[in-house]
Amino acid sequence: MSAAAQPLAGGSLTLNLMRLRTFIALFAVVLFFSFVAPNFLSAANLVLMSKHVALNAFLAIGMTFVIITGGIDLSVGSMVGLCGMVAGGLILHGIDLRFGYTLFFNIPEIILITLALGILIGLINGLLITRLNVAPFIATLGTLYVARGTALLLSDGATFPNLEGNPAFGTTGYAFLGAGTILHLPMSIWILIVVALVAAYIARSTPLGRHIFAVGGNERAAALSGIRVNRVKLFVYMFSGFCAAIVGLIISSELMAAHPATGETFELNAIAAAVLGGTSMSGGRGTIGGTIIGAFVIGILSDGLVMMGVSSFWQMVIKGVVIIAAVVVDQAQRKLQQRVALQQIAQLA
Amino acid sequence: MTELHVSVAGQPVVLRLEGVSKVYSGTVAVKHADFEVRSGAVNVLVGENGAGKSTLVKMIAGVEQPTLGRILLDGDPVHFKDTADAMAHGIGMVFQELNLFGNLSVAENIFANREIMRRGRIDHAEQERQAGTLLDRLQTAVDPRAKVEDLMIGQQQLVEIAKAVARDARILIMDEPTSALSAPEVEVLFRVIADLKAKGVAIVYISHRLEELVRIGDHITVLRDGRVTGNQQMKDVDVHWIVHQMIGSDAKDFATPGDHGFGGEALRADDICLPRITGGYAVDHVSLTVRAGEIVGVYGLMGAGRSEFLECVMGRHPLASGRLFVEGKPVRERDIGGRIARGLALIPEDRQRDGLVPILSVAENLTMASLRKLTRGFHIQARAEADEVRREIKELSIKVTNPRLPVSSLSGGNQQKVVIGKALLTSPKVLLMDEPSRGIDIGAKADVFRIMRGLAAQGLGIVFVTSDLDEVLALSDRIAVMSNGRLTALLDRADATEAKIVAASSIGHGPNRTSEQRKVLQ
Repeated sequence: MSAAAQPLAGGSLTLNLMRLRTFIALFAVVLFFSFVAPNFLSAANLVLMSKHVALNAFLAIGMTFVIITGGIDLSVGSMVGLCGMVAGGLILHGIDLRFGYTLFFNIPEIILITLALGILIGLINGLLITRLNVAPFIATLGTLYVARGTALLLSDGATFPNLEGNPAFGTTGYAFLGAGTILHLPMSIWILIVVALVAAYIARSTPLGRHIFAVGGNERAAALSGIRVNRVKLFVYMFSGFCAAIVGLIISSELMAAHPATGETFELNAIAAAVLGGTSMSGGRGTIGGTIIGAFVIGILSDGLVMMGVSSFWQMVIKGVVIIAAVVVDQAQRKLQQRVALQQIAQLA
Repeated sequence: MTELHVSVAGQPVVLRLEGVSKVYSGTVAVKHADFEVRSGAVNVLVGENGAGKSTLVKMIAGVEQPTLGRILLDGDPVHFKDTADAMAHGIGMVFQELNLFGNLSVAENIFANREIMRRGRIDHAEQERQAGTLLDRLQTAVDPRAKVEDLMIGQQQLVEIAKAVARDARILIMDEPTSALSAPEVEVLFRVIADLKAKGVAIVYISHRLEELVRIGDHITVLRDGRVTGNQQMKDVDVHWIVHQMIGSDAKDFATPGDHGFGGEALRADDICLPRITGGYAVDHVSLTVRAGEIVGVYGLMGAGRSEFLECVMGRHPLASGRLFVEGKPVRERDIGGRIARGLALIPEDRQRDGLVPILSVAENLTMASLRKLTRGFHIQARAEADEVRREIKELSIKVTNPRLPVSSLSGGNQQKVVIGKALLTSPKVLLMDEPSRGIDIGAKADVFRIMRGLAAQGLGIVFVTSDLDEVLALSDRIAVMSNGRLTALLDRADATEAKIVAASSIGHGPNRTSEQRKVLQ
């Protein structure tokens, strides 16, 4: 091995460490908390944490697609609240048809209606962005307020409690979403596995996934290659709405109550998870796997700090520092990668 | 030698470039160029696209620094580290690409970075008054308080000129100042130039419009491939001399045309029109036919509507009208995807902006437009994709060690081949190529030309746009010339001459040129 090749090899070691930074971060937080918090690695705690992580992971998966296209979806937290309220309202009160009639749906129907609502709000976001040329930040900021306001209007700000349902109307059994388990694993984890696998498949192996990356990497070139840019954008916002609806259903089922303020600031956690996982805010880059690891890092960090008894004020400070550090390392990796590539070209020449 | 020049010309040399070279990442833009700028004179710089004119003047204006050689101002060597430095030495420049702040007013633009202050605040009233005086001198009715983005492009160009004039430069560089001006506006500009000349200002003037140069120039310097090939007083030369110096006699490395015959009609574009927002047409009722196996070159100056014509055919402009036929069948699809499916493919002029997704890999860029072909159900067939990528890399001899590297890591020529490969993977019947050799080195150019010849031999119809006379003459089976949005000439290879093409490319650019053009065309 020649001396000239040495710095190159050194550069790629650092580079590989940087590439694996989310893994390393995950490993570090798990290792740290398993020492300082005695019950941290117990099965019960791990399952509990996974359930917390899953909620953010759903939103972060949807958010990842949106961010890869170069957009942002601020409305997911509000959609969580609204979808939970709609499901709760349908269980408790059904739809009032006037003249003394009320229409009740069974639980599978309510789930489908709620998912459809999430997709519909996503479609509205997408149409605002593609047809009316509203910037994604503004369009979804608008729907953030509209959805939250609608959630509050549904019950005049009150909670829909006790979603046990009424056997006479066929509205019982909602609890299985939040409390049900298969092979000792909670329902939400199974749903997350399915959604994550589908999302990763879309990203890696379908033309749609390729188009999502192309639109985020260079929208003009994508359009000139015959990619229907607007359809791609509609899809990502609808998918994000779908993910938000899932979270709204799971939370209201776990609590067996729907509260209109549920989901506030969830969008920020979702963005944080995506960014931690290596999704570039300028579009074109990101992976579903990275995002899920990012969601785990954030979730474990906050749960672990709670177990340690760290105040919630300090938790926020620490979370913020971790997010910024992740992006700083990301930028450093980009620079180093470019330098290594140039060195290689220079050596070949 | 220099003394002789001074005595002959009668005007002192204020600035001199000696043996100046400029190298950009691998390509040599200017090679050992000598250039003299005389005060009280219009020093014309002319050459084809990519000959190095803009690079040369950017070194004078401090935008770029020479790699080799030196710049002498009043006989003393100087080194401008940026435009502000050059400006401090009395050198101003009107840039080809307008350097204006659209969101600011005309007056604010003219006094940008040298605002008139009064008691610690900008004196807007005084700025507007002075700007008004300047604009009056340019005989334009622009309101100094109007926002620049609300002006028409010609007016913006006048503001850019006013900005440069306002700095009282001793040396004023104008890079294509008339490209967006109407004929009366050009006359006004020429009067202003005459004024400045009388005051002893040295003007460096770049333009493609040869008649313009002959009219206002005092000295002419011709550049070709980064070298100075001619340097004369304007009164001693004519258009023929200029064209000869610009083009030279040494042939470039073009692939020779094959002997294959032409097939049936591949593409017929009928009456293509694209309205301009500012009125008139960017593409003005253009009709063109390409046969299978035929290469049609479209020549014209910047802004002649050539790129827009290709974009209309490709379906990029929703406002475009006209009829299209591929292999005789009408094309009703109005979207790009539909037209790709019908066998049309575009290699855009600006590959960074329109051709590539730099963050994605070579392979992903190559198959971006043809994924449907490689997909079964929802699934991209990874092996089929890898095969196609490998085949295309080999066929176009793209130099890349691993197709999974980002496309941005390739050289310009190889990036261009990726864009061509992407188009070819859609199995097109007609290839529309917009300046396919722009910004790539000589070797890659030769490759691209060979590829074009090969594709034509395989039966593709090719329409390519170029601003390079050599290129259009050597590669085309037929030559279409566009000017001002219109098709002004359609010549067979056998009848085409430089003079005819150049003449047809400036039809409609001025009131008093048509008679001479007609003469040349006959």
